[in-house]
Amino acid sequence: MNTLNELKCTFPARSENESFARTMVCAFAAQLDPTVEDLADLRTAVSEAVTNSIVHAYRGRDDGVIAVTVRLLPNSVIYIRIADKGCGIADIEQAMTPLYSSAPAEERAGLGFTVMQSFTDSLTVRSRVGSGTTVVMRKRMRHEAGQTGD
Amino acid sequence: MVELKAEPQKLTAYLSGEIDHHRAKELREQIDLAVREQLPPVVVLDFRRVTFMDSSGIGLIMGRARLMEEYGGVLEIHNPSPQIRKVLRISGADRLAVLRNTKQTGSGKEQEHEYAQ
Repeated sequence: MNTLNELKCTFPARSENESFARTMVCAFAAQLDPTVEDLADLRTAVSEAVTNSIVHAYRGRDDGVIAVTVRLLPNSVIYIRIADKGCGIADIEQAMTPLYSSAPAEERAGLGFTVMQSFTDSLTVRSRVGSGTTVVMRKRMRHEAGQTGD
Repeated sequence: MVELKAEPQKLTAYLSGEIDHHRAKELREQIDLAVREQLPPVVVLDFRRVTFMDSSGIGLIMGRARLMEEYGGVLEIHNPSPQIRKVLRISGADRLAVLRNTKQTGSGKEQEHEYAQ
């Protein structure tokens, strides 16, 4: 796929970086002049993915790193890849079940993947126990003028 | 962070800024401390000054709804933005609490209506 623009960033898996990560992705996507709603959807989906890495992948560890790649693809599609080298997910299907959480004591709603799925056009999760998880999302951004770009 | 207003029958928590996993714990602790002290029949979470919320906010709402259930109180969610309403709808959390819009209108009159479910 022809990449028109790209941003790569790594940062420590600390909860204070959740806000930074979603803001960074939205700042990159702003070049498309997207609708307020699409930008809010993107912000929420990124927040969920990064929070999953911090809460689940690196639970109890403070040396984790999260790698984010954002690409601008043709037709106003934003590609977001969020990767960690954490504990991995043994059962992806179970993890993606709405309201399932492996950390209910921390008041996690178990809706991270559900929100990612609902707020983007496609979601792919690859994971291996012991080596980490990679989430890829794609979203076609509508333009503020009301037209989807070409 | 959160501004708490206690009335005889009601405790209102005016939340502000961004609600994510990083901030949820502190909000939860502050709200629960006031709720357990007062055991108000109605607890209102007012979102008028909240600019962003992800599913960590849903966890916050679900946890407070459970706490209210313990002693028979009612949880209300006031003035969520369109982004927050969307997250609420997806989670079904809009069925755990009464949703209201109570923001002042141009006429200065307090508006109150329940959202269509």
